[in-house]
Amino acid sequence: MEIAKPQSTVVHGHPLQANLWRASLLLSALVIAVPVLVIIASLLGPYSDAWRHLIDTVLADYVINSLLLMLGVGAGTLLLGVSAAWLTAICDFPGRRFFSWALLLPMAMPAYIIAYTYTGMLDYAGPVQTLIRDSFSLGFGDYWFPQIRSLGGAICMLSLVLYPYVYLLVRVAFLEQSTAVLEASRNLGKSPWQTLFLVALPMARPAIAAGVSLALMETLADYGTVAYFGVSTFTTGIFRTWYGLGELQTAAQLAAFMLLFVFTLLILEKRSRARLRFHKNSTRSFPARIVLRGWRAAVGFGIALGILTAGFLLPAAQLGFWAAGSYAQVLDQAFLQLVGNSFLLAATASLCCLLLALLLGYGRRLYPGRAETVATRVASMGYAVPGTVIAVGVLIPFAWIDNNIDGWLRAQFGVSSGLLLSGTLAALVFAYVVRFLAVSLQTVDAGLARIRPGLDESARSLGHSPLAVLRRVHLPMLRGSLLTALLLVFVDVLKELPTTLILRPFNFNTLAVRAHELASDERLAAAALPAIAIVLIGLLPVILMNRSMPREQEHA
Amino acid sequence: MLHRFRDRFSARLLLAALMLPLALGACSRQESINVYSARQEALIKPLLDRFSAETGIAVNLVTGDGDALLARLRNEGLNSPADLFLTSDAGNLYRAQQADLLQPVTSAALVAAVPAHLRSDENLWFALSLRARVLVYAPDRVDPAELSDYAALADPVWRQRICVRSSSNIYNQSMVAGMLASQGAEATEAWLQGFVANFARPPQGGDRDQIKAVASGQCDVALVNNYYLGGMLRSEDAEERAAAEQVQLFWPNQTGRGVHINISGAGITRSAAHPEEARQLIEFLLREDSQQWYAEANNEYPVRPGIAPSELLQSWGEFRADPLKVSELGRLNAAAVMAMDRANWK
Repeated sequence: MEIAKPQSTVVHGHPLQANLWRASLLLSALVIAVPVLVIIASLLGPYSDAWRHLIDTVLADYVINSLLLMLGVGAGTLLLGVSAAWLTAICDFPGRRFFSWALLLPMAMPAYIIAYTYTGMLDYAGPVQTLIRDSFSLGFGDYWFPQIRSLGGAICMLSLVLYPYVYLLVRVAFLEQSTAVLEASRNLGKSPWQTLFLVALPMARPAIAAGVSLALMETLADYGTVAYFGVSTFTTGIFRTWYGLGELQTAAQLAAFMLLFVFTLLILEKRSRARLRFHKNSTRSFPARIVLRGWRAAVGFGIALGILTAGFLLPAAQLGFWAAGSYAQVLDQAFLQLVGNSFLLAATASLCCLLLALLLGYGRRLYPGRAETVATRVASMGYAVPGTVIAVGVLIPFAWIDNNIDGWLRAQFGVSSGLLLSGTLAALVFAYVVRFLAVSLQTVDAGLARIRPGLDESARSLGHSPLAVLRRVHLPMLRGSLLTALLLVFVDVLKELPTTLILRPFNFNTLAVRAHELASDERLAAAALPAIAIVLIGLLPVILMNRSMPREQEHA
Repeated sequence: MLHRFRDRFSARLLLAALMLPLALGACSRQESINVYSARQEALIKPLLDRFSAETGIAVNLVTGDGDALLARLRNEGLNSPADLFLTSDAGNLYRAQQADLLQPVTSAALVAAVPAHLRSDENLWFALSLRARVLVYAPDRVDPAELSDYAALADPVWRQRICVRSSSNIYNQSMVAGMLASQGAEATEAWLQGFVANFARPPQGGDRDQIKAVASGQCDVALVNNYYLGGMLRSEDAEERAAAEQVQLFWPNQTGRGVHINISGAGITRSAAHPEEARQLIEFLLREDSQQWYAEANNEYPVRPGIAPSELLQSWGEFRADPLKVSELGRLNAAAVMAMDRANWK
């Protein structure tokens, strides 16, 4: 790696080919950006009296709570994600190999489900507090116990399920870091801690930024957890305005302001490291890991186990306990259908996202023009928007196209086409791409950023086309990042609820829909089985990825 | 590697392309009707299946949030495949009516089955079941003689003793809308101030959580929909049953206007391609045997007069229900939310 002056990554190819790349990049980005633009366009529209009311009463609350939530989840995911990555990528301790994949498991846990399980355990009426009261014969208000349904509780829940974004990206970054630099740092007499803070972390900054910003965008989009915990955030405000006040326009305007805020944050973050480069050297050597012994090994093991327990083992145990009593009612023929539907959707959407992320990410590496940069940015904003709002952003243009085609056909030929796109699986997959492109794009970008542009130049100067360079040079080097991108989107789609609910075709259910229907009826025990199924299917790609991770990264 | 991606991807694409006409085909078959339902699948599908078996009319279903489905219906416009819009509150039916998305139904059977205050004036929609917003209390800490109506819950004797969920919940909004309709803005706002001051904890969780909080001693009285208490009493989870058995139900407002009720209901969309069949389905849902099942499945009360509720519900006794036109709940919903915002009911 080097921290040097910016150097051009542009390698000028054949003009026609260049135009093709740029055109397809801009066009795809534009199409994907449509729903976000529809939401932002609401800012042009009329502002209703509801704004006056919001400003006078609840808006400040929404903003402050959302900022605190972001701050907390940012710190939480950073702490958990980086320590997990450092332990499993750089150190060695008993159980490291197991933890290196097991620490991904919390990712498969939908945030609102983990919120339900912890409430079940830690609420005033739950077993833990009941035991305390019974043991010491106390009543309400006689003792202090952290209130699980609170802002702090929401920060904990979201941090526990979102840290894997940071962990995954930072771990790959650590593993791919030129270990010579780490060794040099050690040889110069720096302690492992100093090496972490002075060398490894600054070098991993693009990955950290990508991971944390993903976690924060998802935090802003979360509705289930904060609504259940009674925390008034910007997102609950959007829904309250829409559902309660019946003001969809004002709700869209609120969402648009949130988008602009996120957009600004992302740009500031990118700016702040615009003059830095984070490429790794193409040669790799694998020095010995930092081997933890004695109490250090115990501490390392304890931290890893603690994170895994809090993020996965405990909630999974609670789910298992609930499911044990209710599986007979839920498990039927239709259940297998749900599993199949969920899997198919997640696989399709994650592949679409990956291909588009490659197109956009690599295209921007070839032609880093302003238009390309802005277009990809806007196209990946969907991740910060609550799913239901994105769904409306998809509904509006699709229904508009459908109705216009239908109107034209009626006028010209007297036949009706009905709705061609709306209510199809294709529309649903499109919505997933809009919502989750950021995840695959950030991951691919973080991977590309670590490949020095000199490599592109050498390959291109040998006469290879950009596509050939991508295929023969970059893809093999990017393997880890690509698998990560696939996995993240796969699991995200598996958990996805609101977009699926509103855009799906008739008679089409998924596991997340089933879990939600039961949970929204407050039948948590019955919701446990579909939730477990989501987690189990989410495990498949985790295991797959663990197997196909480049072998040398798992050197002894 | 890329090859493998490419192959798998094209297979998926092909599959998606194959499913598209299938999905379209399912919508255009003659003998089927399409339902957008805010009532969840488990609480309606068995009845729809029975309808299909009887009539040979297949029913296709999409469930989801009422407001989101309404947005879908509105955007799809006259080409919407939906024939029937089914909600679990009066507010969304009122909004669908305001947006001119429903068409009037002429049916003597429906008019006879549904009392006038439980359907729209133009017969654009009809209630299918009733749910009541009741009080539950801890009998060891509250003498039922202390309880009377919602209004009394603003009295300082209840300071720190009341649990209720967030005001983002539609049933709280409807209840306050009902108060606005019957008592006016001033009295309602004054009541809200006193009521919010009596909360034992910040609003959180769902209705079942409020019942558990009363059972475990965190508060003494809670406001909940009757079917959550019924669901807990009939729960597969022993802890839930135990909690529900520790509380008692109280019918508020019995000397006044009667307990606040909300409805689940349905209307035929303006875009309906099969309005005849959709009308048959509503009539079927309001038939005596269907009413029994539909209400009992969710521990609700039947709309049709003269149908006995489930045994469990009968054990809670008879009650007087607020005769307010339920469309008023929809009309005043936004005003209710604003009043709750001003009163700082989170």
